[in-house]
Amino acid sequence: MSFKENILSSFLALENEVNTDSYVHELRSKALSDFESKGLPLRKDEAYKYTSLKSLFNKDYSFFPKEEAAISYGDIKQYLMHQIDAYRVIFIDGIYSSHLSQTTHDKFDVCLMSSTLNNPKYASVIENYYNKLAGDDSLTSLNTAFAREGAYIHIPKNVHVEKPIEIVNFSTGNEASLMLQPRNLVVVGENSQVQIIERQQSLTENATLTNSVTEIFADKRSMVDYYKIQNDLTTASLIDHTTVEQKDNSEVRLHTFSFGGALTRNNLTFYQRGEHCNSVLNGVTIIGGKQHVDHSTLVHHTAPNCESFQEYKQIFDDRSVGVFNGKVLVDKVAQKINAFQQNNNILISDKATINAKPQLEIFADDVRCSHGCTIGQLDEDALFYMQSRGIGKKEARALLMFAFANSVLESVKIPEIKTRITKLIANKLGVEIGFDL
Amino acid sequence: MLKVKNLHASIDGKEILKGINLEVNAGEVHAIMGPNGSGKSTLANVIAGREEYEMTQGEISLDSADLTELDPEERAHRGVFLSFQYPIEIPGVSVTNFIKTAINETRKAQGKDEMPAKDMLKMLRDKSELLEIDRKFLSRSLNEGFSGGEKKRNEIFQMAMLEPKLAILDETDSGLDIDALRIVANGVNKLRSKDNATIVITHYQRLLDHIIPDFVHVLYNGRIVKTGGKELAHQLEERGYDWIKEEVEA
Repeated sequence: MSFKENILSSFLALENEVNTDSYVHELRSKALSDFESKGLPLRKDEAYKYTSLKSLFNKDYSFFPKEEAAISYGDIKQYLMHQIDAYRVIFIDGIYSSHLSQTTHDKFDVCLMSSTLNNPKYASVIENYYNKLAGDDSLTSLNTAFAREGAYIHIPKNVHVEKPIEIVNFSTGNEASLMLQPRNLVVVGENSQVQIIERQQSLTENATLTNSVTEIFADKRSMVDYYKIQNDLTTASLIDHTTVEQKDNSEVRLHTFSFGGALTRNNLTFYQRGEHCNSVLNGVTIIGGKQHVDHSTLVHHTAPNCESFQEYKQIFDDRSVGVFNGKVLVDKVAQKINAFQQNNNILISDKATINAKPQLEIFADDVRCSHGCTIGQLDEDALFYMQSRGIGKKEARALLMFAFANSVLESVKIPEIKTRITKLIANKLGVEIGFDL
Repeated sequence: MLKVKNLHASIDGKEILKGINLEVNAGEVHAIMGPNGSGKSTLANVIAGREEYEMTQGEISLDSADLTELDPEERAHRGVFLSFQYPIEIPGVSVTNFIKTAINETRKAQGKDEMPAKDMLKMLRDKSELLEIDRKFLSRSLNEGFSGGEKKRNEIFQMAMLEPKLAILDETDSGLDIDALRIVANGVNKLRSKDNATIVITHYQRLLDHIIPDFVHVLYNGRIVKTGGKELAHQLEERGYDWIKEEVEA
């Protein structure tokens, strides 16, 4: 069965299970026809010039698991921020797991998307925000067509959410190959604050393809810290679409840590729609083997007096491939903005590749925009210096690489995440030294 | 302690060292002097195990153990320390963490447990006082933005922390003003004992006014062409290297 045929039959199957007489289902039907007319992105599309999705879509994916997998807390504990108290929205093969999750409707809502889609209580939020921000590219349409589950996070104004919120999508491998379409909606009211951690994790080596869409609305004076931990098995691939809208004086910091996965494509878009916004887009990528990580970012400044900072530190070993496609767009009205973009890459092996393409489009005349891009190797003199002090070559390399990436870790606010990421980096680099720099 | 026999070494196919013989015993200070390009830094780097230099002939041993096949870190674990002429800047790694990692990696290699944090702190405090180093300096990124003098002082500070058997100081005096020179020399002298040895590589005699050598060797064109006591350094200071060159070429 071709991917297209598979989509049609899967959509019919979906219609048997969901309420087809709803606002969201109208969106689904429209998105399906949008996807059909656009088709999958190809290498000839500028946005996918360096990332071919061909190998991902030649498998016969199941869109929905036939049965619910039995997973216990012990099976997944290691993938959670289990040392700290957190709200959790957990999905197993795309199905919400109530016994693993910890949701709330107390002062704010942290729950599963499906419970809100047909509930009149949430209708106004869904109608005002759902699918209002997500792009119109074909894979986002594909997600909109099939999305039925994900995290729903709505923080009304003046709430400081103390505990972080974890969103984790596990795949069990019960299906030979599974395609997941998680859909998250995050609405943060005026003066409110929230911290969110998101992760995709396969539990076996059966192929998983996740096509995820997340919309984040940050109202005036709100603060959002969002962490994406991408450390999946190399049989899993991820195409992520995350779009952020910011109003006056809001701060949104989004960190992406990419260590795992076969192919990872991050489409990250920020719209600044208010004055004095601050946007931070940070990333650390450390990959090897035949892994491929693509960061395609867009920061669109539509208002004056705002700032945006992008810093991506990346290390590529073996035959791994990286793409950094960072675009900053400054509208004519967006005067007095400060947009900064930095992309530093280290190639450990002669066979590794980075395709870096910074793009600045500036229509305002009184702005500060800077970008820098470097590609280098590890400094041999520094390695010898460290070795001569008794630090083994492997450890010296790891220390240099960690130091290289460390500036990005400094902006991580949750200490447990910092510790966790530090450990993941040490594991990835194959050393046991502590990096309390 | 250190025995170097008939050492030949080259870089990019060019022979720099052409048969060096040198024996350094515990408790001794040896000075190696010589004009630019005579091979002084090469000798220091070859003893420390730098891979870019190819050792084509000869032997290097420390306490009768052959060093020639060992990696730089393994030599360090056996007590070799090289103070760099141009210390490397390592942004993102603090002085303290670097030293801590170096000490604990060395202890691990020697089959010892990590140094307890309390002992490490005391040692950091004592040794930073010895070298008149401000404590704030310890949390800065290694050598990043340090002045020439601070870099050299930091090298000797690391040496004090690592307590090597054989310390090789490569042009430690270059870039030092008179006060810094005194502090560094004082540090080196306080660390001297009957169990360790020091090789001082220098261009000028002034460091040797502070660190008094037992032997002075003159390196010229890849060979040690003259060896004497501390008075040889004075002679070189007065007369330059030309007379040595003439002697050799005669």
